[in-house]
Amino acid sequence: MKLIQSDAPHIRTKDSVRSIMLDVLLALVPAVAVATYFFGWYALFLCLFGAIMGELIEWFIVKVLRKQKDFSFDLSAAVTGLLLAMNLPPTAPWWLLLIGLLVALGVAKHAFGGIGQNIFNPALVGRVFLLISFPTLMTKWITPLRSFTKAPWDAMTSATALGVLKNSGFSEAIQRFNYVDLFFGNVGGCIGETSAFVLLVGFVYLLFRKRVNPVIPATYIGTVFAFASVMYLVNAERFGTPLFHILSGGLFLGALFMATDMVTSPMTLKGQAVFGIGCGVVTMIIRLFAGYPEGVSLAILLMNALVPLIDRAFKPKIFGEVKV
Amino acid sequence: MKLLTFKGGTHPPEKKELAKDKALLRMDPPQFVYVFLSNHAGAPAKPVVKENDTVKTGQIIGEPGGFVSAYLHSPVTGMVRKIDKLYHPVQGRPMEAIVIERTGEDDWQLLEHSDWESLSREQLLEVIKKAGIVGLGGAMFPTHVKLNPPTGKTIDTFIVNGAECEPYLTVDHRLMLEAAEELVLGVKIVMRILGAKKAYIGVESNKVDAYEHLKKLCNDSSIEVVLLRTKYPQGAEKQLIYAITNRKVPVGGLPMDVGVVVQNVQTVIAIKQAVVDRKPLIERALTITGEAINNPMNVIARIGTTIQQLVDFAGGLKENAEKLIMGGPMTGIAVNRLDLPILKGTSGITVLPHEAEPIKKPCIRCTKCVVSCPMGLQPYLLYLLGNKRKYDQAVEEGLMACIECGVCAYVCPSKIDHVRVIKLTKRVYQALRGGKK
Repeated sequence: MKLIQSDAPHIRTKDSVRSIMLDVLLALVPAVAVATYFFGWYALFLCLFGAIMGELIEWFIVKVLRKQKDFSFDLSAAVTGLLLAMNLPPTAPWWLLLIGLLVALGVAKHAFGGIGQNIFNPALVGRVFLLISFPTLMTKWITPLRSFTKAPWDAMTSATALGVLKNSGFSEAIQRFNYVDLFFGNVGGCIGETSAFVLLVGFVYLLFRKRVNPVIPATYIGTVFAFASVMYLVNAERFGTPLFHILSGGLFLGALFMATDMVTSPMTLKGQAVFGIGCGVVTMIIRLFAGYPEGVSLAILLMNALVPLIDRAFKPKIFGEVKV
Repeated sequence: MKLLTFKGGTHPPEKKELAKDKALLRMDPPQFVYVFLSNHAGAPAKPVVKENDTVKTGQIIGEPGGFVSAYLHSPVTGMVRKIDKLYHPVQGRPMEAIVIERTGEDDWQLLEHSDWESLSREQLLEVIKKAGIVGLGGAMFPTHVKLNPPTGKTIDTFIVNGAECEPYLTVDHRLMLEAAEELVLGVKIVMRILGAKKAYIGVESNKVDAYEHLKKLCNDSSIEVVLLRTKYPQGAEKQLIYAITNRKVPVGGLPMDVGVVVQNVQTVIAIKQAVVDRKPLIERALTITGEAINNPMNVIARIGTTIQQLVDFAGGLKENAEKLIMGGPMTGIAVNRLDLPILKGTSGITVLPHEAEPIKKPCIRCTKCVVSCPMGLQPYLLYLLGNKRKYDQAVEEGLMACIECGVCAYVCPSKIDHVRVIKLTKRVYQALRGGKK
């Protein structure tokens, strides 16, 4: 028996980076299951491939390229890989995901110093890189298959709800995509983004486990709703309804699981609220006035860049601090 | 009922069940006691005995070495063997201690003063000073100084800290059950000294039995027993004051700035014993606990008893013992030897078993430390600035407001030791400024 000396506190929480990341993975399981139901076995394959390759690529970067001795699988790269896969169209080839992952982990994460050091959300950097480099592959959408055995390349191609809104107007869009289908995910879109319902279920699990707080999603979705409400009053046919805007596209996936990425979001509740509002405004500006039908990825990346400034501007109030 | 509390904090496993039902046991005085001259905050005491002097139990062996200092008394009847340097666990370096060998049964030298009810405020303060009473919760600040605020500061509220928010420790809980009458009488004495009209005894909600027991004794409306939410650090002075009175002690200020004085349960009992029973402070109650001690218990032991003697009394260490902490696990000091004596402020001995080293990671900005900091600081930022030696910037971010409770390091999933770096940064900053305020 040997007594050791150490600094207080002598007890530590059981929580670890790995347990947090594991919870995020678990929270995404319902969305992956629903994606498998709507888009077939290939969607499941891409999700698993993304998560597993994420960890392997990270191991390679850390051990071989950066020659660091202490490496442990903390599952953060699996989260990045899974989220990137969920942000691809169901028809995306596997090598596209691989390229995206190399950019996400190599450039967006480890070039900045690895876990905790990156400014931008790695999965989103990977996605936007692919969107710019492979615009056709990244916008090849299909109608839901609702069969595990079918492959996505057998399916009919179709536009997304936001794409139809942008090109043909709201009356056409709401005829093809009703609110119930949008809420439960029975529409075309990225693998993991179509069902707002299951994403919410996963997020409630994270809330229950106290892994996240609801400030960013609430302000983000709330801002999109408010912005869309105003625009609805301006021109309902061109801009669509607020409900249509919050249920379509990648808003729920982005607001619940990408904007809330701990590393790339602000440290204080006030800062998080500002961040969420900023994400909402930029998303709507892109959706309604820019070239792309969807703006969630770019909006979050833009706000990621502002996080150091937000952190500096919004600090918690020190207990007992006297105003001078 | 609504539980009183503060913003932030955390709730580590309480582990009070190990010792909370064990009634206080009085330990026989040991053969040798080691009494540090620095058994309190402030200047070390000046010894007034020399080698081979015979001393009685309670006889003064050290006098205050400054304004913030305290009297020392012999914990046993015996002979001074030597005055020697010994590793001081709080100061972290060898300091002088008086070694006394016990030669027989206690031959008491009690304090000399007339019936306490006839004493003036100043006389009562002098009794407390002569009794060598210091803050027994752990800070060891001389009580006669704390109870004597400078002119111009009026105290309207006295708070007894019975939160005992440190996990594992149960000694205050036992005292509130077993010495409640003494506690309430002590509160009345302190209220008279302070001129305070109102006193509160704050008890955490995991000690409802103590709360109800005290409530029965406090039928007078001037002393109110209140139930606090079980949350760490509920017993930190500023957080306790806020929870009970809704007053915020200003940064850099003291409780007296908002008209409050706080004392630990055991300190109040020691005041009663000095004032009413004329007993100087020569012993204290403490918890010996943890998963790696054979027989967790609460004991009353003489000041200067060694850890070895206490551990033996509690059935010895288990094979898997790895950390021995003087105090509780959140703020206590881990020592790697058993020959050190307990101080007036040692509220417990916590022995923890071996645990796998947690995996350390860089900060993932999870915000747990910011959300949990009871002082509203950003520990992750202070840690960064401290490591970069940006002292002035750290001070601007509130470095000096840190109460070193350790919540940030406890909640961190990356296992970052914020509080160690923050403590170091504070000390370096103060040293660089040459001790100027």
